[in-house]
Amino acid sequence: MKMITALVRPTKVDAIKRALVEIDVIGMTVNDARGFGRQKGQVERYRGTEYTVEFLPKAKLMVVVPDDKLEAAITAIGDAARTGEIGDGKIFVSPVEMAIRIRTGDRDGTAL
Amino acid sequence: MHLNVKENFADDGLPMPPRFRSGNEASALATFDRLRSNFFAGVQQQQLRRYGMGLMAAGAGLLPLMAGSAHAALTKVPTDGADTLLMLMGSAMVLLMTPGLAFFYGGFTRSKNVLNTMMMSFFLMGLIGVLWVVIGYSLAFGTGFKSPFIGGLEAMWLNGVGGELGDAPLADGFAISSSSFALFQGMFAIITPALISGALVERISFKAWFWFCLIWSLLIYSPMAKMVWGGGFLGPFGTIGAIDFAGGTVVHIASGVAALVAAAIIGPRTTWPNNKRPPHNVPFILLGAGLLWFGWFGFNGASMFASKTAGYPFLTTTTAASAGMLTWCLIEWFKDGKPTAVGAATGAVAGLVGITPAAGFVYMGASLVIGALTAVACTIAVRVKSAIQFDDSLDTFMLHGVGGTVGALLTGIFAVKALVPSDYFPLSAKIMEEGGNAGLFMAQLKAVLITYGFVALGTALILWVLGLFMKLRVSAEDEDRGLDFVAHGEEAYDPMTN
Repeated sequence: MKMITALVRPTKVDAIKRALVEIDVIGMTVNDARGFGRQKGQVERYRGTEYTVEFLPKAKLMVVVPDDKLEAAITAIGDAARTGEIGDGKIFVSPVEMAIRIRTGDRDGTAL
Repeated sequence: MHLNVKENFADDGLPMPPRFRSGNEASALATFDRLRSNFFAGVQQQQLRRYGMGLMAAGAGLLPLMAGSAHAALTKVPTDGADTLLMLMGSAMVLLMTPGLAFFYGGFTRSKNVLNTMMMSFFLMGLIGVLWVVIGYSLAFGTGFKSPFIGGLEAMWLNGVGGELGDAPLADGFAISSSSFALFQGMFAIITPALISGALVERISFKAWFWFCLIWSLLIYSPMAKMVWGGGFLGPFGTIGAIDFAGGTVVHIASGVAALVAAAIIGPRTTWPNNKRPPHNVPFILLGAGLLWFGWFGFNGASMFASKTAGYPFLTTTTAASAGMLTWCLIEWFKDGKPTAVGAATGAVAGLVGITPAAGFVYMGASLVIGALTAVACTIAVRVKSAIQFDDSLDTFMLHGVGGTVGALLTGIFAVKALVPSDYFPLSAKIMEEGGNAGLFMAQLKAVLITYGFVALGTALILWVLGLFMKLRVSAEDEDRGLDFVAHGEEAYDPMTN
């Protein structure tokens, strides 16, 4: 099992969800997040004064998938989130030791 | 409440508030008044209903309190229902400006300071609302001290104001009731110190703010109202002869200059200028500006004191606001590339500030020019402030001080003679007669400079004395924590569900 953590544009969350459902990856957690990367924030103006907004809003997605679906899920998320401009975000993958469904006590593969 | 009701009845049976009985020439004048009113009692009722042009001038809220020729030039009129209703409606509208201002200011601050910022305005509906009735009104519009700078103590608790039924007319030549006038003026007294808060948000201690507003209202606001509107030194019954329709000097220059001085004394926020944050809720700013605009119809329009002729100040108020918004947005569009929502709101307020001293004295074309020029001046002022990194946090001086100054001076340039009649504005009309608009401009300039000096010195002195008794600003740690929790133990937005 692998955990996919993706930091994406907030406007792309719905498209990513649809893309994951299409390849039968069911279940995703979304957080509002703030961050900076190569975009380095943005400049806003109020009454003619410039304010640099250091952190930009991003959505942080958490998806846990069985190993055999990892590549397909990464592709689905990447394709759905991509605009080609700076600020599209990042995907991180990390190993998961165990998964448990609270309602039934199912573990690992059956729990996902 | 009417402890001295008997005393407040003039001999002709009409309830007369004590402040309108002239002090020094009391007996002679009272006799003259009594003879005149008895003599004309049967004759005048018809004509009195048609004092249209005369009442147009009543707008400035300039009370013929000073004894003498002016007093005699105005005739006693009965209280008029429509005119009094205008005042009551205007009062409700001006009251709404204070919560409107709270939203206007609250939107600009960080979310951890929004309640404190809004309370600095909102709370004054409590504090000044009581203070005005207890003594503020008396100090502003009483005559007891026989001074052109301060009123008296005889109308404390609004004692005798409006007579037994509250329906006695304000003064000769005025068909509004005294009680509606006292109410209307109270709403102005509330919002004026509230305007100052914009310069001091996110750092002043609420305790210091409480005492500052209480003292400032008594020692600065009431004397200013007396000097300009109460027949005092600066107004058309005084020495300078300046005209101020609805508060260019009394409200806007006074609050703006006080804001500038107070911001300089209290110092910038710890986050200024390197860690400043953008407004936390721009829709609040638009809501607040909308409420201010709506309320301003009452602020300027009802300052005409006569419903028949209130059309002009209502019109000039809104046309100036429109011109101000348009101008501000066009400047941004050309200069920065985009018109902003904050700019639209700010421009409208700038236009409204600019037209305030002029609203009933100018025609529509001039109101557009005043709105546009005020917006230009204010946008320059805001950018200068930003460039020199002075922390007048929400631009109180840049909008109200600069806007009020430009408006007061342009009033001198654009005032129309027909709208400044000699019975209501004897000295100002005389100045216009002799020196034209240039002469009036000089009178306006003198009034502006005196206001700057008086308010700046007075505000600095009040803060210096207050500083001996308490800390004026919160600690850097408390500033960092956020004043909503530090000052009020509340949060505007539940941190767990936001």
